[in-house]
Amino acid sequence: MRFVFKTSYDADINWFKHKTQAFWYFVLFALMLALPLYFYFLSDAYLLGEITSVMIFAIAAMGLMLLTGHTGLPSLGHATFMAMGCYLNVIYLNLGVPWLLSFVLAGATAGAVGTLIALPVLRLHGVYLALATLAMSILTGDFIVILEPWTGGISGLAVPDISIFGWEVNKYANPYRFYYVVLIIAIVIIMAYRNVLRTPLGRSFTAVRDSEISAQAMGINLTVTKSSSFFLSATTAGLAGALFGHSAGYVTNETFDVVMSITLLMMIVIGGLGFIHGAFFGAVVFGIIPVAIANGRSLLSTSFDININIPGLENGMFAVILIAFILFEPMGLYGRWLKIRTYFELFPFYRKDMFRRQKAYLKTERVQ
Amino acid sequence: MDFIQLLASGLANGCVYGLIALGFVLIYKATEAVNFAQGDFMMLGAFICVGFANEDFLGWSFWTAVPLSIFFMSVFGYLFNWGVLRHMFGRSQTAIVILTIALGFILRFAAGTIWSHEPVSLETPYAGKDVSFGGVVLGIDEILGVIVTIILTISLFIFFSKTKLGLAMQAASQNQLAAYYMGIPVKRIQSMVWGLSGAVAAVAGILFASKGAIDPSAGLLGIKAFAAAAIGGFGSLPGALLGGLIIGIVEPLSSRYAPPGVSQIAPYAILLVVLIFRPGGIFSQTQKKKV
Amino acid sequence: MSLLSLDQVTLRFGGVVAVNNVSLSVNEGEVFGLVGPNGAGKSTVFNLISRFYDPAEGSISFDGKNILKLGSDKVPSLGVARTFQNIELFEHATVLQNLLVGRHRHRKTNMLSEIFFTPAARKEERRHREAVEEVIDFLDLQPYRDKMIAGLPYGVRKVVELGRALASEPKLLLLDEPASGLSVEETQDMAYWIEDIQKQMGITVLMVEHDMGLVSSVCNRVLALNDGKELTTGTPAEVQSHPAVVEAYLGTDGISKT
Repeated sequence: MRFVFKTSYDADINWFKHKTQAFWYFVLFALMLALPLYFYFLSDAYLLGEITSVMIFAIAAMGLMLLTGHTGLPSLGHATFMAMGCYLNVIYLNLGVPWLLSFVLAGATAGAVGTLIALPVLRLHGVYLALATLAMSILTGDFIVILEPWTGGISGLAVPDISIFGWEVNKYANPYRFYYVVLIIAIVIIMAYRNVLRTPLGRSFTAVRDSEISAQAMGINLTVTKSSSFFLSATTAGLAGALFGHSAGYVTNETFDVVMSITLLMMIVIGGLGFIHGAFFGAVVFGIIPVAIANGRSLLSTSFDININIPGLENGMFAVILIAFILFEPMGLYGRWLKIRTYFELFPFYRKDMFRRQKAYLKTERVQ
Repeated sequence: MDFIQLLASGLANGCVYGLIALGFVLIYKATEAVNFAQGDFMMLGAFICVGFANEDFLGWSFWTAVPLSIFFMSVFGYLFNWGVLRHMFGRSQTAIVILTIALGFILRFAAGTIWSHEPVSLETPYAGKDVSFGGVVLGIDEILGVIVTIILTISLFIFFSKTKLGLAMQAASQNQLAAYYMGIPVKRIQSMVWGLSGAVAAVAGILFASKGAIDPSAGLLGIKAFAAAAIGGFGSLPGALLGGLIIGIVEPLSSRYAPPGVSQIAPYAILLVVLIFRPGGIFSQTQKKKV
Repeated sequence: MSLLSLDQVTLRFGGVVAVNNVSLSVNEGEVFGLVGPNGAGKSTVFNLISRFYDPAEGSISFDGKNILKLGSDKVPSLGVARTFQNIELFEHATVLQNLLVGRHRHRKTNMLSEIFFTPAARKEERRHREAVEEVIDFLDLQPYRDKMIAGLPYGVRKVVELGRALASEPKLLLLDEPASGLSVEETQDMAYWIEDIQKQMGITVLMVEHDMGLVSSVCNRVLALNDGKELTTGTPAEVQSHPAVVEAYLGTDGISKT
């Protein structure tokens, strides 16, 4: 176990607790930078495309994590904000706005519109908020059809390529460039997220999550805090949606459906609610399952001549994994990782109940 | 005449929504959990009945299949609470919401694998038979649906307000700990409520599948029923039914008289309006936490 | 000079009169106690000051300002901090983070500067940390500073809640049963801290407490409540021996027997 001798307040403020931690994150960063080289020599960029998709979903999941994991507001409608970001980005691009500006603007407008929509909904708690956002998510497709002149409705909308000062990026022609664009955006968002968490804003989010009443008693305005969280969350989801549009190349009214909203929520639960890492872990699990199923299927058919073709297997498996996590590892994959790490750090002094939660009886908030 | 015809079929649809909503409310009232898979319970109940009754599957008599499927669904509800949800005792509502959503995915997947993803309809003895009332043609299935719903709602209402078990269920919902101290077996009662709710879902499913075709994704209807329950205020049995009827009636009327697209949006738009202006539903019953 | 004053405040819940025509005035620099049997309306008075409830009649002013016009999140920014009877900490955060939330009323940074973590934001953050470390030192919370609240024993949580209120550098501190559930030693510590808070930090304290030993050792003045009505106000000794107070605690039988 490492003891950090703190000599200044900055030791608590900085991103990394100590130099070793900073070193490992730097290694991870270097590996991510070098990754395309591997696929370049393999001259098969299919898997790199998958990794890029996982990163896009991780960005969207980070948006939802801020809202659900850190502010405690469940949302079953984040695909709506992704849709907003995606369509707005295309609309701006078609108006001739340069990509960088259009991308940022799309995120910000999605955030602003999202906050406007959310303001009346924010008075709701728990289940009611989940319901309202679910309704919002269901209506998204219908609204895209209604706004046909701008969105293309059922026939869809082609997404133009990214162009940064003449540097063209197309997912199919240039998977390597697209990977780097997504990677950099993901890193910038992670940094912003970390910054929010280490300042009063992020602390007011967690305060609202854990106890609204005492957050108020500390001078935190609930409406302002919740809508700030909604704004940042919707903005991030909007940015992810814009990237998703570039990755898909073509979007219709059925692209951003309820299932996508629900999947995002499932991702962050599997990954670990309340941890930035959780967003990435969840997105990775979500990305691995279809690949694993495809590999397993081809293995079975080639070596045993068994052909299994069950539609919907991906979602079914994802749901089973999710239930297992909720029951046995409520802190998600990241929580599991924390336990394993603590086990080795404290070896042989780890106790089984170190992460045990207190069980509380539920008291209704209803009067009757 | 046209209007009355639409109203009648909307009423029949609304009954199915109302019954699914009733299932939500039962569970919410008694356990404070919200079952997002209630629509899928309905779908599963319908498919179990189809599996027993239809010629393509077992082909048993319809009147054997109905009680059997209701029985199986209530056992399923009971076991789900006993085996899974009971271990979630005291966890946040959000966790339970996500868990039941995942359950819905699994049920959809299971039903698709067992009975295929093709739409089927339940073969009933009264299929296709109509009754005409002065120009308004009503299917027996529709009339039966309305009657069954009314009987079920009234008996549930009496059950909750008059019987010992019903009162115990209410007590367990309002303060688990206090109820437990008063000698109410809270956990078993909750499982029983889930069983009851499964049975109600099976009835809804049978009514739905005898009116038209059902496929594994029919569980998504649950979301409309959800809107119904929320409109009624989640804690109220008659409210749930009323919400179901409102949505059931609004749908055919808006698709007939309003511009295209409105009928799909209407149920959710109503839900949003109700949630925004009456955050606790029409029969609101939430209050601030006491410190 | 009076820092906080309630003037003929009445609050009803349906037909129940929870607080009935209560007036009190807390002077700057004193420790003021609220005592009374369970259900007397003591915590309700706190919740009125915190603006969780709106009084039906009467006025409440703090530092010369009418606070009934302010929302419940604006009262703390005037310099009123409080603790809760049934500890309301942020369970899934560390002690340090909990105390830092107490600094929220001193937040000078805005969303943008926080996202980009500008040098100004870092400077502010250092200032918050410095203030919080002082509270940690004062309350001996050093061993727990990076521990999650969820795993802490009850006595420590009570202290953390006090620390969170202190971190906001209040003018008035509302303590809702600071010693309930504490051991004799912990209560002793609490008494010393309250004394230091009053004498060294110059913070005015209004507290609800059942432990008469603690009340008589730290309070300058005490108000006794019963059924939402004021019984008497005075020094701890006066209040303890007041016949109406004895009656409220022991019933009329208690008087006839003693």
